[in-house]
Amino acid sequence: MNKPVRRIAIFCGLLVLALLIRDNWLQFVQADELKTHKKNRRVDIARYSQPRGNIIVDGQAITGSQETGGVDFKYKRTYKNGDMWAPVTGRSSQVFGATQLESIYDRVLIGDDDRLFFNRTVDMITGKGKKGGDVITTLNSKAQEAAFKGLGDKKGAVAALDPRTGKILALASTPSYDPSKIAGANDGEAWTALDKDKNQPMLNRALRQTYPPGSTFKVVTAAAALEDGLYKDVDSKTNSPLPWTLPDTVTPLDNEGNLPTCKDGTLREALRISCNTVFGKVSADLGNKKMMAMAEKFGFNNKEIFTPVRVEQSVYPKDNRPQNAMAGIGQASNRATPLQMAMVASAVANNGKLMEPYMVDKVRAPNLNVIETHQPKEMSQPFSKKTAQQLQSIMETVVQDGTGQNGQIPNVTVGGKTGTAQHGVDNTANPYAWFISYAKTDNGSPVAVAVVIEGSDTDRSDIAGGKLAAPIAKSVMEAVLKTSK
Amino acid sequence: MPSTPSTTTTTTISTVGPPSRRNTELALLAFAVILPCFAYANVGLALDGEMPSGMLGYGLGLGLLAGVGHLVVRKFAKYADPLLLPLATLLNGLGLVMIWRLDQSERLARLAKAQGFTFQASAPNQLLFSAMGIALFVGVVIFLKDHRILQRYTYISMVVALVLLVAPVFFPGKFGAKIWITVPGLGSIQPGEFAKIIIAIFFAGYLMVKRDALALASRRFMGLYLPRGRDLGPILVVWALSLMILVFETDLGSSLLFFGMFVVMLYVATERTSWIVFGLLMSAGGAAVVGSFEPHVKVRVMAWLHPFAVYDTPRPSWATTEQIAQALFAFGSGGVFGTGWGQGASDLIQFAANSDFIFASFGEELGLAGAMGLLLIYGLIVERGMRTALAARDPFGKLLATGLSAGFGIQVFVVAGGVMGLIPLTGMTMPFLAQGGSSVIANWALIAILIKISDTARRPAPAPAPSTDAEMTQVVRP
Repeated sequence: MNKPVRRIAIFCGLLVLALLIRDNWLQFVQADELKTHKKNRRVDIARYSQPRGNIIVDGQAITGSQETGGVDFKYKRTYKNGDMWAPVTGRSSQVFGATQLESIYDRVLIGDDDRLFFNRTVDMITGKGKKGGDVITTLNSKAQEAAFKGLGDKKGAVAALDPRTGKILALASTPSYDPSKIAGANDGEAWTALDKDKNQPMLNRALRQTYPPGSTFKVVTAAAALEDGLYKDVDSKTNSPLPWTLPDTVTPLDNEGNLPTCKDGTLREALRISCNTVFGKVSADLGNKKMMAMAEKFGFNNKEIFTPVRVEQSVYPKDNRPQNAMAGIGQASNRATPLQMAMVASAVANNGKLMEPYMVDKVRAPNLNVIETHQPKEMSQPFSKKTAQQLQSIMETVVQDGTGQNGQIPNVTVGGKTGTAQHGVDNTANPYAWFISYAKTDNGSPVAVAVVIEGSDTDRSDIAGGKLAAPIAKSVMEAVLKTSK
Repeated sequence: MPSTPSTTTTTTISTVGPPSRRNTELALLAFAVILPCFAYANVGLALDGEMPSGMLGYGLGLGLLAGVGHLVVRKFAKYADPLLLPLATLLNGLGLVMIWRLDQSERLARLAKAQGFTFQASAPNQLLFSAMGIALFVGVVIFLKDHRILQRYTYISMVVALVLLVAPVFFPGKFGAKIWITVPGLGSIQPGEFAKIIIAIFFAGYLMVKRDALALASRRFMGLYLPRGRDLGPILVVWALSLMILVFETDLGSSLLFFGMFVVMLYVATERTSWIVFGLLMSAGGAAVVGSFEPHVKVRVMAWLHPFAVYDTPRPSWATTEQIAQALFAFGSGGVFGTGWGQGASDLIQFAANSDFIFASFGEELGLAGAMGLLLIYGLIVERGMRTALAARDPFGKLLATGLSAGFGIQVFVVAGGVMGLIPLTGMTMPFLAQGGSSVIANWALIAILIKISDTARRPAPAPAPSTDAEMTQVVRP
């Protein structure tokens, strides 16, 4: 009977071999995949087993860590002035995951980044726990405060940039939420409340919400007209009739109120009092292709804008002639994020050069060694310096003498454009109040801002943007001007 | 000149006999006791930063048990295989350490509290069960003078095995399987573990008697040799009965184990490969039938194919437990070298981390290196059993040793394979490692029987009777 016994012995050997092979497959080949699987709780357990690194603004940490005494998670994330900074930091929740900077720089913050390898090794040898690195942002806390306070209990967003570098200076969104309240392991109720809130406090309106840009888009239309050479300069007559009918239709395009100077008005005059007829016609004359090309140079139709937080795509779609004419006044299917409109203002302020917006300046190791520095990058050159100067000139007229007078700052040159975007079925809903602007000093322009306020119940006139949004933009600009001296 | 006749006798059999290897066993045993002690210290240092207070008592306890085992083997099974006892001791010791380590888990304690029952430390019980296991081991080694005596109990074994298998039907089921007998005050027993040994005895006894009939008195049918019904009938009936019971109790692991043992022993007894073919055909048929009729099995198969489906939204209705996914995470997080004793989070598998899924706990904390080591220890036990079967001189011993060790191997394969996601999870215990009394005690008995068979097999043949031929030839002088 020995022959079959030998064969059975071999069979049993093969069973063990199969187990060994499977074990190697699991623990060697697939190990990393399983180790980092998003449902593997060990990832979170490790993530919260030590204090996280911090997100820093103006040298001050706007985040912190707190010991919880829990079984799985020893520390939880805390936020200083969380409501105000939520659109910048995102959240790091033990249960609901991380978003935005907390998520993008997670590996740095928990000290797992490969560039921290040396630190980790030293800490391991000296017996110290793993420490996280810090993320240093470009934000300006005074500007952020001005933006957040300015929005107050209104629903809206502010995005401010340094046009010279693309640094994001302020990023506010209201209503907001305090990420501290949902950071812990037992914050399910707070989460449900936030999640179900119809005002969407967790939505980052500055980066992730698109709005019809309204009249602020007329700056883009003007840029397209000047670059195309449709008009010699901003002070030449535009040959636009009043009333003006949308192409291919019998529908007249109205202005907000009785604006007789819109008839044949110059670009300067048309922007000053925000003539729909003039810019609708300009857009129609240029055509969809040219309008789209200009919008795209500003960053529209680009899904790949990362600050490094992803920015929702602003769109300027292919359209028929009447829709394209409406898009020229920001009132058709084109939509923009507040950051996108701040980029428009900043390209004008920076003499036609659009810098890539970014909000993380440096990443540093726990021992304060800088392991990553962001160099400002040029994103595009939507128009020439000459066009830029003409645009600046008319935007400054808007603030000095037009709809944007609420944006004036004494002894500072400010350019801007108001907007009131209608929305809702048959434009029944309350309009969005917009204001984009920039301030100029001797060293170029240190700040460009876009403000949007949703659902304002003010009169539906083009003044709304100037009345509601401009003062906020003004205080943000002032804050930047004060601190950049 | 006539040569002087030689006065020395020459025989090939030395009177000293083959070495007993008892000292080898002792040295290995010392190693098998010291290693878990180090592991114990390691857990204490990792969890509390200090040497565990029970270290001395624990080490002495395990050492004492191993020592008693060794002394009994030295006295009553002198020529036994020297590896079996140390290997079993090592596994038992490491299992105890892991169970003790999981006793410290705050996560499990909170889970128990949340589910409304009190969390009990399992390690003290397991130590008690180990002692009982070794006691049974000692009893078997001392009182089972010769394994061939078991042959007499062939049919009694059959009855006992069936009774043991049927009994759990009358007791409430747990975790979807009816495989426990609950004795008030004592806790629950898994009779299947004992039935495994007893049914091996029945198979061996029966097949030894009928092997020639099964192998030779057969009709050729479609190229295969089919035995006569009266030879195969009884064993087929018993096997089918046990299988049906097990399926009814949804104890899939044991059905697989019994089936495997049956085919293996039949093959060894008859030396006919056709049995393997039959076995495979029957298992395929059985699997298909059971798989389509029994919802419990279907769930297991689906859970095996899609271990992470439990996290999908919406969750499929059959995805009821995340244990397999958690076990896979545990293995993956362990990686090649493991997290180290006490530093993993295998208690995320929840309450089964120290029983059904204990191999995953080892996989996480000892890594690929440690898990392979454990698998190799199991492999070594199986192959020592097979070696015993090869060396055994009587067919009953051969069959029994083959059946027991193949059964042991199949059990390890089914459990470890299930936990690692190689095959559907069927729910059996990892011999010696897993928390659970019946398993530890029954497996110690299994080792004891193997040791007895190997003792008989390796015992030197009795010195031949003095041969008259070797005496000096008397010269008859004229």
